[in-house]
Amino acid sequence: MLQYMIRRLLQIVPVLLIVTLMVFALMLAIPGDPARALVGPGEALDEEQLEIIRKEFNLDKPVLVQYGIWLSKVVRGDFGRSSQYQRPVLDELRTRAWVTLQFGIAAWVLAVVIAVPAGIISAVYRGRALDYIATLISIGGVAIPNFWFGIMAILVFGVYLGWLPAQGYVNIFEDPIEGLRHMILPVFALGITSCALIMRQTRSAMLEVLAQDYVRTARAKGMSEPVVIGVHALRNALLPVVTVFGLQTGRIFAGAVVIETVFGIPGMGNFMVLAIFARDFMVVQGGVLIMALAVLSANLLTDLIYAWLDPRIRYND
Amino acid sequence: METNSQSPEVVLDVDNLTTEFQTPEGLGRAVDGLSFNINKGETLGIVGESGCGKSITALSILRLVPSPPGNIAGGSVRLGNRDLMQISEREMRDVRGNDISMIFQEPMTSLNPVLTLGYQITETLRRHEGLAKHEATARAIEMLALVQIPAPERRVKEFPHQLSGGMRQRAMIAMALSCNPRVLIADEPTTALDVTVQAQVLDLIKDLQERLGTAVILITHDLGVVAETAQRVIVMYAGRKVEEAPVESLFANPQHPYTRGLLASVPRLGATTGAHSSDSRPARLAEISGIVPPLTEIPSGCAFAPRCKQATEKCTAAQPPLEETEHPGHRVACWHTDKVAV
Repeated sequence: MLQYMIRRLLQIVPVLLIVTLMVFALMLAIPGDPARALVGPGEALDEEQLEIIRKEFNLDKPVLVQYGIWLSKVVRGDFGRSSQYQRPVLDELRTRAWVTLQFGIAAWVLAVVIAVPAGIISAVYRGRALDYIATLISIGGVAIPNFWFGIMAILVFGVYLGWLPAQGYVNIFEDPIEGLRHMILPVFALGITSCALIMRQTRSAMLEVLAQDYVRTARAKGMSEPVVIGVHALRNALLPVVTVFGLQTGRIFAGAVVIETVFGIPGMGNFMVLAIFARDFMVVQGGVLIMALAVLSANLLTDLIYAWLDPRIRYND
Repeated sequence: METNSQSPEVVLDVDNLTTEFQTPEGLGRAVDGLSFNINKGETLGIVGESGCGKSITALSILRLVPSPPGNIAGGSVRLGNRDLMQISEREMRDVRGNDISMIFQEPMTSLNPVLTLGYQITETLRRHEGLAKHEATARAIEMLALVQIPAPERRVKEFPHQLSGGMRQRAMIAMALSCNPRVLIADEPTTALDVTVQAQVLDLIKDLQERLGTAVILITHDLGVVAETAQRVIVMYAGRKVEEAPVESLFANPQHPYTRGLLASVPRLGATTGAHSSDSRPARLAEISGIVPPLTEIPSGCAFAPRCKQATEKCTAAQPPLEETEHPGHRVACWHTDKVAV
């Protein structure tokens, strides 16, 4: 297991390098003069001042050297300065990333807590009313765009019924109850698609596993249905489901960009959208890098869970 | 039908067992009024082609027929003084793996790939005998040693994919015998194994049976396996018993045309066409033409009639009863036994 973990960690290094290259290329892809972009819009600068900026940000050096300098700074946690706020990017991103992470994890947990049991029930009661209801809801969940779901949820629960706050964010560690109340709608909006997908995946994986010989063996040994399903079938059925979990991380981050805007949550997604409009490229660069890192870590975690679940992966080669 | 002599020797008494399946073409009978019993320490072979109802019989005894589409429509299975068809599902779970165990054809897929061998064996022990974890593990190691798996202390911690096919089947046997069942149902236990390993596994079953006094129902399509292992044989066709005999009698005087067909289709070394003494060309292997009819199309008379060379109008008109032949304990269901047994 340890060997597998080390190998898997080493495999991340080249992927990370490619990610940093692509993020760095963002800088080169900016239309116009990067020096102007760095200063931000609205500043009238003459050629001399621009030259100073070029020197300061090493823009006069060859691209590869620029990349090297940038990478060495990034490794030390220096993502540059935000042109909007004139503060280090990392300081700006840190608080917002934390907010997004909370919502992301909550959406993930929601998907697991609802989707996996629903998928199992759907498979076990295949072809009966419960299965049809779950299927109907999950197909709806896949088909409905999350921003539309978010807006409708705000309308129904926030505006008409007035049960839940429609906008804003409250730190859950300062005021747990209000924090949770503010989280419910956006987390549902963020997680519903993943939830539906994971449920469908759990159902089909479970159906396949329940038809396996070893499930029959477990029954022939006198095991009760909860043990047959919970111990013998579920662990096998979770293998494909875990893969989907991993893939959903990227989706949840992408969803955060939209959902945070809809609900007015001061998270990474919202911040990035504003940064793009303000042409604050250092923030965009840093933000994309952090999101990429998060997705990579989630995939690593997926692989580790996978290996933990399936000894055939752990012990191979 | 059957002489259900309730001698103390009988451990399992199956009477008029009928299992039906709902298919898109209608209701079909996979097991049709099957009766047999098995004595303590005895090995009963159940023989027939694929699709003749052997495996469904085994699953019916354990009430593991998938339902729907399957349904045990009637009959009784008496284990001691209890009818397994009448007890609750909860009581039935206490029987499975404890009084009656089963091993399956595919050792590759019959063990759970994500659980250790130790877990899979101890689970049964803890469920039925209420052993604590460490006691169960000790017993599991004992059982693996009993089925001649080397280094059992290490193997209990391993997963099925780390074992060869033969080893896995041994582990299955260890698992099945761990609670000292009165009856072991072995459904094609050697079919998926190499020939050399087949013999080892059969010897192992035989050896353990003698030691533990388990009654074994051996389901197979391989008459060679039956000849080596069983004392008594039932030949099944289309869900019905067509012949039943002590193993020697069956091989010496096969009565039913189907049994004869099965015997003729066993390849033998050195067999020649033999029409002329000078003819030493290897004999063509005989085959039974046609296939087992689908469940919903079983003929109303003798089910074998459409494939039988001796079939007459009588055969298609009425189902022949199972009748005693001149050989003791040898019964057959055929209208033409006199003609066949020339």
